[in-house]
Amino acid sequence: MTGSPFLALQGIAKIYNEGRHNEVRALADIDLDLEAGKVTVLMGPSGSGKTTLLTLVGCLARPSAGRVTLEGRDISGMPERFLTAIRQRTFGFVFQRFNLIPGLTVADNVMLPAYPLGRPHPELKARCRELLEMLRIGDRADAPVQWLSGGEAQRAAIARALVNDPAVVIADEPTANLDTALTAEFIGVVEMLKAQGKTLILTSHDPRICDAAVVDRVVEMRDGRIVGGR
Amino acid sequence: MNRTIERQRYLIDFTIASLARRRGRNLGLFAVYTLLVFVLASASLLGYGLRKEARTVLAASPEILVQHLLAGRHDLIPESHLAALRDIRGIAAAEGRLWGYYYDAGMRANYTLMVPSDRTIEPGTAIIGSAIARLRNLGEGDAVHFLSPKAKMFRFGIAGTLPSESELVAADVVLVSEADFRAFFGFPAGMVTDIAVSVRNPKEVATVSAKISRLIVDARVVTRDDILRSYESLFDWRQGMITVLLAGAVLAFVILAWDKAAGLSAEERREIGILKAIGWETSDVIAVKFWEGGLVSLGAFLVAYTLAYLHVFHFGGALFAPALKGWATLYPDFRMVPEISGQQIATIFFLTVVPYTLATIVPVWRAAIIDPDTVMR
Amino acid sequence: MGGSSGAGEMLFHPTVMALLLWSFAAVGATAAAAAFAWTIIREWNPASGSARQLELERRTYLIATLMVAVLVGEAVSLLLFVFNADSMAVMFVGAMCAVGTLNASPYGFPALVAKIVVFFLAVVWLAFNRADNHGWDYPLIRPKYRLLLAIFPVVAGSAALQLAYFADLRADVLVSCCSKLFVPEQKGVAAHASGLPAMPSLAAFYVATAACVAMGWGMRRRPGLAVAYSPLAAAAFVVAMAAVVSVLSTYVYEQPHHHCPFCILKPEYGYVGYALYVPLFLGTGLGLAVWPINRYRAIPSLAEAVPPMVARMAAVSAGSFLVLIAVGTAIVAVSNLRYL
Repeated sequence: MTGSPFLALQGIAKIYNEGRHNEVRALADIDLDLEAGKVTVLMGPSGSGKTTLLTLVGCLARPSAGRVTLEGRDISGMPERFLTAIRQRTFGFVFQRFNLIPGLTVADNVMLPAYPLGRPHPELKARCRELLEMLRIGDRADAPVQWLSGGEAQRAAIARALVNDPAVVIADEPTANLDTALTAEFIGVVEMLKAQGKTLILTSHDPRICDAAVVDRVVEMRDGRIVGGR
Repeated sequence: MNRTIERQRYLIDFTIASLARRRGRNLGLFAVYTLLVFVLASASLLGYGLRKEARTVLAASPEILVQHLLAGRHDLIPESHLAALRDIRGIAAAEGRLWGYYYDAGMRANYTLMVPSDRTIEPGTAIIGSAIARLRNLGEGDAVHFLSPKAKMFRFGIAGTLPSESELVAADVVLVSEADFRAFFGFPAGMVTDIAVSVRNPKEVATVSAKISRLIVDARVVTRDDILRSYESLFDWRQGMITVLLAGAVLAFVILAWDKAAGLSAEERREIGILKAIGWETSDVIAVKFWEGGLVSLGAFLVAYTLAYLHVFHFGGALFAPALKGWATLYPDFRMVPEISGQQIATIFFLTVVPYTLATIVPVWRAAIIDPDTVMR
Repeated sequence: MGGSSGAGEMLFHPTVMALLLWSFAAVGATAAAAAFAWTIIREWNPASGSARQLELERRTYLIATLMVAVLVGEAVSLLLFVFNADSMAVMFVGAMCAVGTLNASPYGFPALVAKIVVFFLAVVWLAFNRADNHGWDYPLIRPKYRLLLAIFPVVAGSAALQLAYFADLRADVLVSCCSKLFVPEQKGVAAHASGLPAMPSLAAFYVATAACVAMGWGMRRRPGLAVAYSPLAAAAFVVAMAAVVSVLSTYVYEQPHHHCPFCILKPEYGYVGYALYVPLFLGTGLGLAVWPINRYRAIPSLAEAVPPMVARMAAVSAGSFLVLIAVGTAIVAVSNLRYL
């Protein structure tokens, strides 16, 4: 793994509503290499393009220009069908507002990403239980998600991101809605995942995250460009 | 292969859960769907049942009927033709039939009086159909009085009733002896109502009827197949007219289906966005939506078909019978022999499920192609 | 007594209306799919990251969904068409089953054949689509949509034939039915098929279907046989249909002179026709797709997906022919009719 980057972006630009009067240039001239097994934070104010960059990194969208290389394979021009297939196995997502589906139980929500893969049900159930235990919400498995507290909801969202055992976990503003204690807990989860060998990519403008010891790299962004980092 | 099946099972599970979560939203569509299938299925089952009934009636009727025509109207035919007919090669038997209609003013019902050829009835007695027995509350040993067209009162002792296997055939029949029949109607001697001919080889019906036409020039020769054909086209045509009238309803249903599928709530849109973001593919979402449509269709179809079955075979098709039957009011208990055919089901499927599915394809596709990064914006 | 008379009188028959409605819908759906296909053929550019390319890509889902709907609908409508022909037989003098009804107009049998062709084309197209969906650069996108453009006129032609057939039906025409049509003394393909000598025809049935089974088996080691498999499957379809008409049906009816490919679908013969036709159509449809798909096994992005897919299709196809042999043998074994 060492040497060649796990994920490489070269000359990336992203333009929304291209060619129309409401055209938005969200990203320009992005070059970024990400290594496996590290924790990277994309930092910047809102509107800096960090979430857009996250969607490109996580194969949720395709760049308008430039190349995205995953483990040496160019995936920038790939049709959605195949991007999805890559995403299913490589990336797990934790969204800012968690985006759990109300009306379903915690366990059902956690298992959702695995449905299209058609994994055998007993195996999937066991995996779900294991994750919920690991994140210490095993007793909430059969509760509808709307009954969960903020911290529990985030753990459920993390469990969902991990259900297909992805190499990379992506989290968008993970601590935006959490108090100090819960933020500390979240950082604990990040440490645990890093220890398991996962690659983590987060966006945040929260100093509690950017300054955390577990973070290997911070990429600063402004107006759709990378302006610095450490 | 197992993965494909397993995947579909997960998708169905998810579909059932999401249908359950949005019960109210789907209920309206389900109700309209059920109503439409119910109406179409009732019309179809009724038409089919009646057709079958008609076939049963005709199965018992002779292969060829010879009637006399006078000024283009059905007239009595002389028995003297019988001998000539029996000489035609290919004819197995020919016999004169005596039958006529009698209007019972008291009950406001029409009866068919006939002289049976296969049994003898004692003069002064009658055997009656089950509908008449019910209507006039008669049983064996009772007596009934009929006022003849010549205004003479006749008394008949009831010697029995006909079994009610197929009501349509025998419900309104009164069997009497030949002497009573002729006296009651003042029927001239040597004449019969018509002549029933049976043929040795069914393939020769056409040839034989042509010979009869040449022999008795003023006769009308009707074959059983002719009657069957006109029944068929009559029923088909009536059923077709009902379907045409319902075309408007089908169209309205299609518009409703389109609208329902296109008008996704913000919540549903968000849900699809989430599914796509966490790794569902466009075709997974399309599959879920079609399972949803399929389950609603199947449910509505089963419920509606069951209701239509009960309606037609247990309640006599009360809602549509007038349009399809179009005759006699004598059969209050008229029940058809239950019968379902694959063709009927496939026809109704094409008139309901297929338009529904086609109407939802584009809206479903539109919903399924939501950008997976929508939830991140 | 009928509500109307003359040509067009059958159009008000409910099943006829359902079939016509479907055929119009199928033409509409295929037309829409073909229109999208046309834009895709002209504008497809996998190198482009533009919004337009994404839009085209997403249209492929719509087209595939429409074509699945067309395939399922055509399969059901093929069945309904035969059912209906059978039940309408009573309305034509001389007709006793579907053959008589189909024979009541010169468009009858062509309409049936066109429906079968549409069905097979839809199967082949969906196989193309499935293979293409496995290649990350959609390598078959242009051949696939060119095929779709070619399918459209067939679907439209099939609908036109069906409309012409139903509009042309008149209750007062005298028709000949299976007892007359499928007799050796008559002219035409049907009579020719029924005039085939029974035993050689049965032998041909076994040879053709067994060849399919053997070659399907052989393809496990030598996938190159695909080039021969599809034509063989097509030939086996023709031979099997001829055998049904000339000899297998007579075993079912236990009458050496009753040749009819439709009556065997009736309940009085235990629906044995379905046991013959389902494997035959499945085996032929997949068999027809084997060769065109196998041609693309060298494309790098398909190198992984196509060989197992072709192998699966060949296996299911050959398996279907094996089932067909078993059903055919069972019919001969159970029957009281003996030729030898």
